[in-house]
Amino acid sequence: MSDPKDDWQADYDEARLRDVPFETMSGVPLDAVYGEAPYPGQYPYTRGLHAAGYRSRLWTMRMFAGFGTAEDTNARFKELLRAGGTGLSTAFDMPTLMGRDSDSPWALGEVGRAGVAVDTLADMEDLFADIDLSTVSTSMTINGPAASLMAMYVAVGEKTGVPRADLAGTIQNDILKEYQAQKEYIYPPRPSMRIVTDMVKFTTAEMPKWHPISISGYHIREAGSTAAQELAFTLANGFAYVEAAIAAGEDINEFGRRLSFFFNSHLDFFEEIGKFRAARRIWARWMKERYGATDERAMMCRFHTQTAGVSLTASQPEINIARVATQALAAALGGTQSLHTDSFDEALALPTEKAARIALRTQQIVAHETGVTNVVDPLAGAPFVEWMTDEMERQAEEVFAHLDELGNGSILEGVYAGIDNGYFVGEIADAAYRFEREVNADRRIIVGVNAFTDGDEDTVPNLLRVDHSTEEYQRKRLDAVKKDRNQESVTAALDLITATAEDSTTNLMPSIIDAVKVYATEEEIAMAMEKVFGTYVETAIV
Amino acid sequence: MSDTTTPSGGEDTTTRVVLAKLGLDGHDRGIKVVARMLRDAGMEVIYLGLRQTTDSIVAAVEQEDADAIGLSMHNAGHLTLGPAMLAALDAADLDVPLIIGGIVPAPDLPILTEAGVAAVLGPGASADEVVRTVRRVVHGE
Repeated sequence: MSDPKDDWQADYDEARLRDVPFETMSGVPLDAVYGEAPYPGQYPYTRGLHAAGYRSRLWTMRMFAGFGTAEDTNARFKELLRAGGTGLSTAFDMPTLMGRDSDSPWALGEVGRAGVAVDTLADMEDLFADIDLSTVSTSMTINGPAASLMAMYVAVGEKTGVPRADLAGTIQNDILKEYQAQKEYIYPPRPSMRIVTDMVKFTTAEMPKWHPISISGYHIREAGSTAAQELAFTLANGFAYVEAAIAAGEDINEFGRRLSFFFNSHLDFFEEIGKFRAARRIWARWMKERYGATDERAMMCRFHTQTAGVSLTASQPEINIARVATQALAAALGGTQSLHTDSFDEALALPTEKAARIALRTQQIVAHETGVTNVVDPLAGAPFVEWMTDEMERQAEEVFAHLDELGNGSILEGVYAGIDNGYFVGEIADAAYRFEREVNADRRIIVGVNAFTDGDEDTVPNLLRVDHSTEEYQRKRLDAVKKDRNQESVTAALDLITATAEDSTTNLMPSIIDAVKVYATEEEIAMAMEKVFGTYVETAIV
Repeated sequence: MSDTTTPSGGEDTTTRVVLAKLGLDGHDRGIKVVARMLRDAGMEVIYLGLRQTTDSIVAAVEQEDADAIGLSMHNAGHLTLGPAMLAALDAADLDVPLIIGGIVPAPDLPILTEAGVAAVLGPGASADEVVRTVRRVVHGE
């Protein structure tokens, strides 16, 4: 048996390191790792996925942006790239997220408000105008209608000479957490899972640089869960996707490599770090031991992190910069692969350009000034950190055991059952209310809310205002696209989608790509599938 | 059990409040917390859930004989949806106070109150504030 330290050294020596001195500010030289085996890059990856950690590559600074029209967001994208951002992340408006067009009655008051409006391929072309899709990686936060948006991205790539095989990015496409937390679903869980599985199959075959699902705890946490629930529900959803893909005949070593995760970084510093470290360890163990993965890359829990929007206060908003900095530091110490830092004004409105820049600068300070990137998993071996990591894992395993029992030995069935019986929404709402009561009883201090409120009356900073004309502009634009297209091809393309939806043995992706290319709208495509799949309505429970 | 979140003033079992998410916005953490706050204060809470329309809310208000309506908005749709809700109540000849909760920037507050919204509750509102606001708009307390 080879020595783990020697193995680590060999891996480390192979890594291409950043050209910076790995020493303290005072000039003390630093080792890349301290402590005991297993080392970073070694199973079960508690200490990180790569031997050299941030010494070889910093996390991707991926700032989420989207508002107004596609042109507005395109300008913001270019500004973020100029400011040193290294990946794009798209926020869509509510109608787009729900598979509705800007001219739907449901879209009233929502067009371009909380993200960018995309109705047809024409909007997607504007969104990525003058950005070379072969050089950026793009994340798209969309779930219910994810297949249509991914199809549009593929079509933009082809139109600009970038084949789908060269497109790099991630689409959230994590439908299970929609029923648990974010609530942006269209169809019931089972047909939705068929779409997800079709997308996994399609990207595994044709888009090797694409991550077809970003399994997201972020929204579960924002909806009020505890750290351990976020960890447990997210990984359980991950197991569910794995079981669905295996059942569809996919090779775990192939698709397993391209699954990625998305976590929240909240304010309890050590709890968050323990959560991140536990996530890597649990995922590796389950992928190897329960699902039989043999390729190490299929056991690695890669994750994006976003700081906790819900922790930001509307009072004294500038102090949110300090909250975000702490959360960003926790994410770095937890070994995240990419990070979005929230803007201080987000409890009040969508971020202004200046607030978004300060948020990016915050993570640049953590990366380049604090020295935490010099040593891989620098907190390893600290008794409290290791205990917290074990405790997060213990609590998560309790949830997995419950779901396994609910599903008679299948986590996928257990997750479906937990959605049906209100387990997830109930647990999350209970945790949210418990926290709120503690704040109300002053057992928890929120600075600027129930303590240290001097300054709360200060005037609010300048806020981003989305122009009221956006909605009308977008409706006119959609109208023009509809008049300009060949209606016969659209009808035929939509009929083909409906027929494909009826036949579970045929992958939906090719028919959806064909439909977006003839400028079928997002809602038309959603409705073409809804005819077969039906809709989902949540039982309203408090 | 001592419940520190129930404001002074005792039980309030006669006030009936309809809570709903109007439109597509799915952020329901806040409204569920508010529902429990009001319920803990003894009020009757009728939570309609997500994706409601002005029509479905008007129907519920009539059917439940509600004393107040609470809508939660986190997607900046309040300037459109708030007045739309008021118009629908007007058209149905219902004089029931409308409270909006969620993320409403300060410059929008006077616009909403002038339009006829009875009260706006922002992020960070305590249980006490929430319950008092409902009582104030319903009973003028």
